[in-house]
Formats: sequence, structure tokens, C-alpha cells
Amino acid sequence: MNRIELVCPAGSLPALKTAVDHGADCVYLGFKDATNARNFSGLNFEPAQVREGIAYAHARGRKVLLALNTYPQAANWPSWTAAIDRAAESGVDAVILADPGLMAYAARTHPQLRLHLSVQGSATSYEAIEFYRERFGIQRAVLPRVLSLAQVENVIANTAVEIEVFGFGGLCVMVEGRCALSAYATGESPNCNGACSPGRHVRWEETPRGMETRLNGILIDRFANGERAGYPTLCKGRFEVNDETYYALEEPTSLNTLELLPELARIGIRAIKIEGRQRSPAYVTQVTRVWRAALDRLQAAPAAFQVTPAWMAELNKVSEGQSHTLGAYYRPWK
Amino acid sequence: MKLALGPLLYYWPRQSVLDFYADVADSSIDSVYLGETVCSRRHELRLEDWFEVGRVLAAAGKEVVMSSQGLVESESDLKTLRRIVRQAADGQPGFRVEANDMGAVRLLTEAGVRDWVAGPTLNIFNPTTLQLMIDGGATRWAVAPEISGAALAEVRAALATPIETEVFAHGRLPLAHSARCFTARHFNLQKDTCEFRCLAINDGITLRTREGEPFLTLNGVQTQSARVHNLLGDIDDVQGRAEVLRISPQGSHTRDIIDLFRAVLDGMRSPVGALAEARALMVEAPCNGFWHGRAGVDQYVAA
Repeated sequence: MNRIELVCPAGSLPALKTAVDHGADCVYLGFKDATNARNFSGLNFEPAQVREGIAYAHARGRKVLLALNTYPQAANWPSWTAAIDRAAESGVDAVILADPGLMAYAARTHPQLRLHLSVQGSATSYEAIEFYRERFGIQRAVLPRVLSLAQVENVIANTAVEIEVFGFGGLCVMVEGRCALSAYATGESPNCNGACSPGRHVRWEETPRGMETRLNGILIDRFANGERAGYPTLCKGRFEVNDETYYALEEPTSLNTLELLPELARIGIRAIKIEGRQRSPAYVTQVTRVWRAALDRLQAAPAAFQVTPAWMAELNKVSEGQSHTLGAYYRPWK
Repeated sequence: MKLALGPLLYYWPRQSVLDFYADVADSSIDSVYLGETVCSRRHELRLEDWFEVGRVLAAAGKEVVMSSQGLVESESDLKTLRRIVRQAADGQPGFRVEANDMGAVRLLTEAGVRDWVAGPTLNIFNPTTLQLMIDGGATRWAVAPEISGAALAEVRAALATPIETEVFAHGRLPLAHSARCFTARHFNLQKDTCEFRCLAINDGITLRTREGEPFLTLNGVQTQSARVHNLLGDIDDVQGRAEVLRISPQGSHTRDIIDLFRAVLDGMRSPVGALAEARALMVEAPCNGFWHGRAGVDQYVAA
């Protein structure tokens, strides 16, 4: 059985260190700017921190992946190519890219730099993945959270590119890289600005009707007294459709595929990604610890693998809305 | 300036679709995009039926473009995609193709097709990526609606050779695609057993905020804006930055909207007057924020 790599999020140096300490095979991070899809204030790495993080991980035999997975525009193109140059010089083990133009630049300028296709590239078929392999020599692709297990298996059977999937964390209900909802509401999007429903457009208002959360003035949800008010990610609000008020797109919930691990291993998944660079080092510690234990158990005795209640309890504690879903892997979710 | 009719994003009964395109054949539209781009479960018209509609439109002098699926998930989706590419490559019936994912780009390039449209879901945001598409045979760039007029002008200015450019000029904005069907979810159904409940919902289902403000539109696995993106009032600004205006089919008055755009292009109506006139023809209030580099939902009027 192939060994599955555990890829953990690092929004800061402490998160990186704890991920490495608790058994991540790889950590992924981004620079402190709009070149990556978690461009939040107080998050991400200055160049010196990148060097320190890489030294820490490499000393312990782990890898560092650098996300440069937003789409540069004509006006800011030089900042993205400079970021590629910095990444290559820093000695990262791979860069995670979405934009074909940037891949062409990386392949030409730094032919030894390993390229991963970001989930933001929206490649959902082997034909799309092969496009990036033939043109730019990508070695791994992260699949959007839309395919069923049988469809993932079919992708793996038809491409030489390693396949990485999301295992745990915040769940995009839309195809990643194909969502302009945030741009429509706020003018800022994951594709171009590296942030969905960005904080500077958020307003929390205590009103006689309850706590209201707004995004650029648009009411995303309203919470009764005693209800836990969540962040107004716009696809996870409550709206009215034909006079019915409900989570019309998706509930606040996390993806959790722990129970699918044996199947994911059998079909040949090469890496599992944990979402959450915007989360705290405590989150990273907890999630990394559980997934390391689960992957080790699977490796030692695949036939006997069972998810323990303790693992699920630990993961539910850090889930959005304290609940989890199998997402698109589970047909009724669709 | 050319006028193009975008692919039909809703699921209408077969006869309504055939009647709609019979009317389009008689209109002043220049190009017509055909095919199912939203949900592969929809089957009122099969691929062969779309080819037949295309033949009728071509005979009426329209340029016909077959649009590929935006979200390709299954082997059967790939089979449809290959047939769309093959008809372009072997000339039977030989319609131009709009590539809406990189799988389509790969297949078109591999088949040696040199005259395709780079669709709005390809995420082309900079000249380097657009040039890669041009090198692969793209001869028209249908710009993603979220790109502003100023940003697309910068992309075009940096190209070695110009490319015909198409902007989304009228209709509810296609904003997102999911594996989940939100229409089925609304009716408490699963996608696999959806009972095709989106059939005959002419303009999708409006989603409102809890204050009753129209915000989005549920159209099966696609989420659209509730507001109608309308560039009628901005046509002077669009000219020089694009050569083709896309009008997205809507449940009624599509023909009137085509006529209104044509009248403005012919100098028979003022842009501002046409926009005022269009209000009676739209399913919701207008917006144009994306074109002006703002939130898409905004209706921006220069001071």
C-alpha cells in the first residue's frame, strides 16, 4: 500500500513548528501578501520566517510547500513572479500554483522547482490535469471538493500526476477557483485578492432582532439570543427562498473524511490536505495529532482500521459549527 | 461590435427551447452559443438536438458556437466533451467550440482545432495566460464577468497580437458552480433523484436576504446574481475594449433586449435612454459593478 503524506496548514511559524512536532509530513504556507488564497491580516510568513520554517522542517526530514495560488493580473504580475523567484531561492520543496501563466514562468525560470496544481486551478478531470502536466510538468494536483470517490479513482487511473485531496477543515461548497460570490458582494475574491468574505467588509451588529452579521452591508445571517454567531462567510448564511428561511447553500460545517481513509489509500491518493492556515496553532496541533495517529494505524494494519470515537471527538471540537460532513464524497450531500 | 447570445443557463421544456431559437434565428444577433453548460443531468435536448438547432441557426446566417460543460466530473461528461471537439475537428457539423475548462483546451489543441473561444470559466486574468491560450488556437476571449473594463484593457494592451474580446453585457451573472444542486436542496431532494425540479423555472429561483433583499439566484448547481448585469449604459466605455457583447438568455424579452442593444450600437438610441427602457425588460434591478472594478452587485453611475 502506498504511504499517504499528511499535509498540514501553517499560518504562522508556531503553527509550522507544532505541525512538524506532531507528525506532519509536509506543511504548506504563504507569503504575507495577496499571492496566496489565505491573505488575512496577522497571518502568513515574512521571507526570514520562511527560511526559519524551512530550516526547522528540513532538520526533521519534513517538507515545506509554498502556496502562490491566486491569479495575478496584468498590473501586479511582477509581484507574483518575484514571489516565485523568492520561493525557488528559499529552497521550498514545491510551489502550489493555480495560474497557467505563472506555471509557464516557473517552469522556464526555475526548471528544478517542483510544481503542484492548486485546488484553485479547478481541475476536476484527468484531461484537465494532463493539460498542466504536458505544458508545465506539474507533479501533483489538489482536487476540488466536488468529486465522488469513484470519480477520484477514475482520475488517478488516468494520470501520472500524484493526487492530493482535502481530508479535513473548512468546506468550500463551490468549486474552488470558480466562485465569484465574494467578488459579487464585496469586490474582493479568492481568485484575485486571496480572501473570501474578507474581514474588512464584515460588520457585527447587536439589534433588537438579534445579532446581525453583514458583508459589505448585505445581511448574511441573524442570530437569536444564545445562538452562537458564526463568521459571515457568505455561502454559509441563512437566506429566504420562496418564504422559507434556511441555510440555502451550506451549513457552517467542516469536511471530515477520516472514515474514508482505507478507501482513499486503496484508490491511490498520495496526500491528504488539512485546511486551516487561518486557524490557531492549537487547532493545527489537535488536527495533526489525530490524523497522524489515524494514518499510522492505517499503515500498520490496513484491514483492521477503525475510526476511534476519541479521534472524532477531538476533531469535532475544532470543526466549524462543531459538526462535520463527508461533502461530495457522500452522494446525498449533493 | 457584434452581439452574441450566450448559452442557455436555465432548463426549459424542449418545445420552449426550440421556439426560443426559432425566434433567435430571425433576430439581429451575430453569434449564438449552444449546448448544456450547467448540469449534465439535464436532457430535454441531447447533443444531437443542439447540433440540429445549430444547423438551423447557421442556415439563417448566425455564427454557431458549441459551449463545453463548465464542471466536468464524470467519464460521460468527458465523452460529451470529446464529441463536441470532434465535430469541430472533422467539420461535421463543424461549429466553433467554447472551451470552459482546461480539459477542453487540451482536447482542442490535441485535435489541431485552431479557432476556438476561450470561455469565461478558464480563469484568464493576465496576458501570459491569455497568450498561452492564443498559442493553443484560441481566437476569441470571453472574459470572466468579474474582470473590470480597465483590467481587461491592460491584458489586451500587453498582447503581441490582438484577440477578439467578448464581455458579459446582459443577464444574471453566473457566479459559482458546485457539485451540489441547490434547487434540489430547496425542495429537500438529492441531486441523483432531483425530479428535474429546475425544469421550467424560467429565470432560476431568487434567494433573498432575511431583510427580503434579492441577493442571489439558485439555478441547479449554478449560483447566479439576483440582479441583472447590464452594460447598456456603459456601451461607450465598452467600445474599444471589446468587440463582442454577450447577452444571456432569460425567460422573456430576450429578443427585445437584443433589439435594444442593436439600436444603441446603430446610434438609434442613447445608452442612458436604453438602460432606462431596459428596466421594464429585466427580471431584477440592474448592476454593473464588476465592469467598474467594484463589488459586482453595485450599480455604478459616473458622477
